[in-house]
Amino acid sequence: MELLEQIADQLEKGQAATVAQLTTEAISAEIPAAEILNGGLIAGMDLVGEKFRKHEVFLPHVLLAAKAMHAGMELIKPLLMRDGVRRVGKAVLGTVRGDQHDIGKNLVGIMLEGAGFEVLDLGTDVAPERFVEAALAGGATVIGMSALLTTTMPVMREVIELINERELRGRLRTVIGGAPVTEDYAREIGADAYAFDGVSAVDRIRDLVAGGPGLLGGP
Amino acid sequence: MRPTLRFLTDELAERIIAEARDLLCGLGLGIHSKRALGLLGDHGARVDAAGRHAWFTSDLIDRALDAAPPSFELFDAFGNQTHDLGGDRVHFTPASSAIYYLDPDTGRMRRPTTADYVRYAKVVSRLPDIAAQSTAFIPADVPTEVQDSYRLFLGLFHCAKPIITGAFSAAGFALMQDLLMIVRGSPDALAEKPFAIFSCAPTTPLTWSETTSENLLDCAVAGIPVEIPTMPLAGFTSPVTVAGTLALHAAETMSGVILAQLAAPGAKVLYGGSPAPFDIRYETTPMGAAETWLMDAGLNEIGKRLNLPTQAYMALSDAKALDAQAGLETGMGAVVAVLSGINSISGPGMLDFENCQSVEKLVVDHEIVGLALRLARGIIPREDFPVRPRIEELLSEKHLLISEHSLKHLAAEHHFPGPILERANQSRWLEEGASTLPQRARDQADALVASWQPPGFESEVFAGLIERMTAACRAHGQDELPELDN
Ligand code: B12
Repeated sequence: MELLEQIADQLEKGQAATVAQLTTEAISAEIPAAEILNGGLIAGMDLVGEKFRKHEVFLPHVLLAAKAMHAGMELIKPLLMRDGVRRVGKAVLGTVRGDQHDIGKNLVGIMLEGAGFEVLDLGTDVAPERFVEAALAGGATVIGMSALLTTTMPVMREVIELINERELRGRLRTVIGGAPVTEDYAREIGADAYAFDGVSAVDRIRDLVAGGPGLLGGP
Repeated sequence: MRPTLRFLTDELAERIIAEARDLLCGLGLGIHSKRALGLLGDHGARVDAAGRHAWFTSDLIDRALDAAPPSFELFDAFGNQTHDLGGDRVHFTPASSAIYYLDPDTGRMRRPTTADYVRYAKVVSRLPDIAAQSTAFIPADVPTEVQDSYRLFLGLFHCAKPIITGAFSAAGFALMQDLLMIVRGSPDALAEKPFAIFSCAPTTPLTWSETTSENLLDCAVAGIPVEIPTMPLAGFTSPVTVAGTLALHAAETMSGVILAQLAAPGAKVLYGGSPAPFDIRYETTPMGAAETWLMDAGLNEIGKRLNLPTQAYMALSDAKALDAQAGLETGMGAVVAVLSGINSISGPGMLDFENCQSVEKLVVDHEIVGLALRLARGIIPREDFPVRPRIEELLSEKHLLISEHSLKHLAAEHHFPGPILERANQSRWLEEGASTLPQRARDQADALVASWQPPGFESEVFAGLIERMTAACRAHGQDELPELDN
């Protein structure tokens, strides 16, 4: 098996130490960091994601793979920076104002980090302005909002209105989730995407970062 | 003998409590209410006000638990006693606060409206084995700021049963208290004859948010009973094992009981829970899991050992429709709950991980509850022995249908469910239209709505409720309440 394939394979199996060792070998073999990232680490995460979607593996498996991903990332990070390769993306996450539920949001954060994203987690009870300001200050392009209460979900609309008011639409894209939230609601309030679990959240956010159309048909 | 299920040995129960005490004293809790931190400090806890953290002491735990009442009563809107929460006495209430409503016409979940809530409240008022109403879901046709109080308003307006409820914010509580007062007359009368229980949950692991801890203290001070439905998710926010989860659950729930006692010694509190195993396949929190029942039964045993009345979310299902899964999960949960002797059982009507209420399911569950309550009455000899004379009567008469003994004891011995559970033979069932269970549930719900009578309040009470609720809606930009259609 080719080295990058081996990395992907071991990552899929959640073998952090082996992934680190193989990544070191790949670096020594002068495989470009971007190739190690895409052809090895991310390819491995994609394998896991695929199996997860088919219900062949479950959440802990994904998290173990994410840990292995980290082990490899740590080694190639300096090289990626040297080569000017951008990280997969940066997202701000938070539970909206008035709401304390954070389990789902945390899970989305863990999955995003596992997929190579940088995550700025603002915690719970987050006011609309903070979402926008944190995204601008941190250079994030995606804002992920969670709400578990019917009484707090309207805060998501406020955030989107604020983005529109400040003419940041397109620069800051939004994705929402939580038990009372639906895709129809996301459309209604003008969010770019909706996801019902951690794995689909990663897929949606990846699409948005890549400039995909989202629910509204364009950035 | 009252049949009772037990899952914990004395030794295991004691160990769980000791571990919980160690968590409270050794790790302490994050507490986001200044008032609660102040109370803890005053009573000898070590407090880090800036870090919003407190460490309990053994002495403080003992004194507070001693102050908590082992049982308390609830009363309906007219002051008649309905509940005696304590011992192994069990009472059912519909599970609370659903986001969705199962539309009986389409069979799909959707956001509920005022009309749905009115239908629900009318049906609950007519179900004898459902002892309390709950604010079961959130009608979406009033401003969000008042949605938590509005469902309380609708419940009080249409049903006199005591009510299990909860505020979504600190501000929500004040309005809800006003509504209760309009029915009861005065704060003292409300404290003397409570007819609402507020849910106030800690955040696993080991944290009290400002909203829920402030609610808890407000209720304690006002003499309003509280339930603490702590929600560890085993394998995610608590240990993967039932025993480990029970230890963390005990620390968190005890902390709530203790805070209430510090605010008002003797405060009425249910040691509760809504634990679940975290389903790693779907990222969900199943209420119809065997582990859920084990955790609920276990927490009840811990609560009883601490000499406290108990509560749990049981007799509900994760199904999305009124199907076999809904029946079996609800039924098994109800049986475990009743045989465990959990004092307040929140569950009937609920589907989809506490997300969806169904009036038709509630009507079905009412019959499940009836069967479970019959189990709890157990096996009691009723003038049975010596049995020989009765068997001689049987041999000579060929049946016991009109035996004096049968006529005397039939009602106490045989529970007759219906009209939901079908006991007709096949031919009769066919002749009577071969109805399905969902059809019968729908018809029964409609019949109960049709036979509903408004609570017999003085007209000032109705007027007072409308006035207070309208004022609250106006403050948030809606001039009129939705049509109540009575
Ligand atoms: C656990 C729980 C709690 C815990 C939360 C602990 C914590 N650290 O988060 C505690 C006990 C603190 C709690 C408190 C309360 N809760 Co609560 N809670 C729940 C419960 C049972 C499970 C939520 C959960 O964690 N699920 C597991 C996670 C993994 O799933 P998830 O959150 O849905 O997230 C997934 C997806 O939705 C999506 N997702 C989520 N967020 C995001 C964000 C983005 C960007 C994306 C893309 C995707 C995404 O991906 C996630 C991963 O799969 C729900 C019922 C339910 N089944 O949803 C009630 C529920 C949400 N709570 C409810 C209520 C009423 C309350 C309280 C008001 C109760 C009270 N009176 O004290 C308080 C709220 C206080 C406040 N102001 O916030 C109601 C809501 C009612 C309503 N109509 O709005 C529910 C429905 C239960 C009920 N029927 O009573 N709760």
